[in-house]
Amino acid sequence: MIDFKDRSFRTGAVITGFVLIVLLIGLFWTPYDPNDMNAAEKMLSPCLRHPFGTDNFGRDIFSRVVQGAGSTFLIALGSVGIGLLAGVIVGGLTGWYGGWVDEVLMRVNDSLTAFPSLLTALVLIAVFGSGRHNIILALGVLFIPTFARIVRMEVARQKALDYVRNALLMGVKEPRILFVHILPNILPVLLSTVAISFNNAVLAEASMSYLGLGVQPPDPSLGRMLGEAQAFLLRAPWYAVSTGLAIVLLVLGFGLLSEGLGGERRA
Amino acid sequence: MTYVFKKTGVLIATLLLVSLLAFLAFQIIPADPVTMMLGTDYTPERAEALRRQLGLDRGVLVRYWDWLSGFVRGDMGVSYSYAVEVREVLRGKIAVTAALSLLSWFLVTAVSIPLGIALARYKGRKLEQITVSLNQILMSVPSFFLGILLTWLFGLVLRLFIPGRFVPFSESVPGCLGYLFFPALAISVPKTAKTAKLLRSAILGEMKQDYVLTAYSHGNSRWMVISRHVLRNALLPVVTYLAMSLADIVASSIIVEQVFVVPGLGRLLIASISNRDYPVALCIVVMIAFVVVVMNYLADLLTQAIDPRVRLS
Repeated sequence: MIDFKDRSFRTGAVITGFVLIVLLIGLFWTPYDPNDMNAAEKMLSPCLRHPFGTDNFGRDIFSRVVQGAGSTFLIALGSVGIGLLAGVIVGGLTGWYGGWVDEVLMRVNDSLTAFPSLLTALVLIAVFGSGRHNIILALGVLFIPTFARIVRMEVARQKALDYVRNALLMGVKEPRILFVHILPNILPVLLSTVAISFNNAVLAEASMSYLGLGVQPPDPSLGRMLGEAQAFLLRAPWYAVSTGLAIVLLVLGFGLLSEGLGGERRA
Repeated sequence: MTYVFKKTGVLIATLLLVSLLAFLAFQIIPADPVTMMLGTDYTPERAEALRRQLGLDRGVLVRYWDWLSGFVRGDMGVSYSYAVEVREVLRGKIAVTAALSLLSWFLVTAVSIPLGIALARYKGRKLEQITVSLNQILMSVPSFFLGILLTWLFGLVLRLFIPGRFVPFSESVPGCLGYLFFPALAISVPKTAKTAKLLRSAILGEMKQDYVLTAYSHGNSRWMVISRHVLRNALLPVVTYLAMSLADIVASSIIVEQVFVVPGLGRLLIASISNRDYPVALCIVVMIAFVVVVMNYLADLLTQAIDPRVRLS
């Protein structure tokens, strides 16, 4: 089960908790309006009034980073949610019933995982078009094979165990066994996969928005901010640094969490 | 031998399926290439003629087969936006991306193996603990953010290279490698951190085995035990990981090329997706996917060559 005393888990929980609190506050309140331009305060270096400085339009970078991170977080949440839901259903059914459908789906699965995830995401964006909702959809589709594969493997393993056979003998309906009896038992494995996928989602979203194929203006995004910051690297290096560090913090927290949950030992 | 045959069979099936999936993905794109290519010259008759010329009037599977047999022979179709053969568009770009990927891969291998061994050897020391924490942070740094930091530090502040002025191979080989070193660094640092960590935990895992106790009881020092006995077993997962990580490296080069303005396949891919030049995008996607699949295949073969036990399972 989950080891709450694990050092990685604790550090990850602290970092993620801190990030989540900041993001939650950021949903309702930021020190400045993220889109408020101020011609008198362009390219200010970090100071007391603007902890991360201001950008080329005089906008407060801290407020923009908080808002962008919130948006990135929601995109990751949505896409992992889609992947998890579909993956659990597909993996659960194929793991339980097996047969030729299982064979075919697993072959397709293997081929899909042969593409590097960024490449698949780019193909899907080419197909669906860019924009916030399409990113969530594309990344969600991307995660289905990962979750389906893990759930399928675990379900197939649990199926042979005594408690499942007992439940069958007692006449419990199969969907109930699958989702009420087996699912809680594979939760730890599932959780660490969720954390890893979450990281992949953050990285993929940031990468694609950086490339200009992801979130489109006016929606905020850390990746696009990094792309904009690159143009002012010499005059305002803090712009790129603070934006990038926000991504690092998000990824680091969830990486440690997944490790604490045992992702490393199982993968 | 049967192992190799079986794996090769799976390899060919996977290659076919991967290319089919990519081909189908680009078929369901809503935009109509004919309308796009004709632009304002659009008339129904011209559209019909062009459609026939491009072979778009036939079934999907027929077109897939035509495309695939062309692809294998090196005839990759015509680019929509440049109106020249895809092969011409790709010329020179493949070498750049290959050089960048191999350089990054070399850096990962050359740094991560000594680093992983050292971390396991000096486990518990202060410096080791600091390095392990630092390693964890480096693992989480996205390569394109690192690339931006490197551009700033080495390009703008220290002026070791001019960001955006790529030196082609034909102009100067050392100049080219000197420019590619920085993107390669950006790609390889997070990867190196992961590999070193993997090797460290593999060594520490092996250290718990009984044979290590025997080796110690024969009077070996910790270093001797690691280098003579443990490393052989611990390197196995790392070798597999390194072989497979070339795929990830190619994928991260797609985006890092953009940061450093390296004219490789990655930049071309992004441009062709933005311009909806699908024949070019399809070729690049399939080429990268093929590299990945073949590398995974070689990693499998390599693993079983090193450790015959794998063949049994």
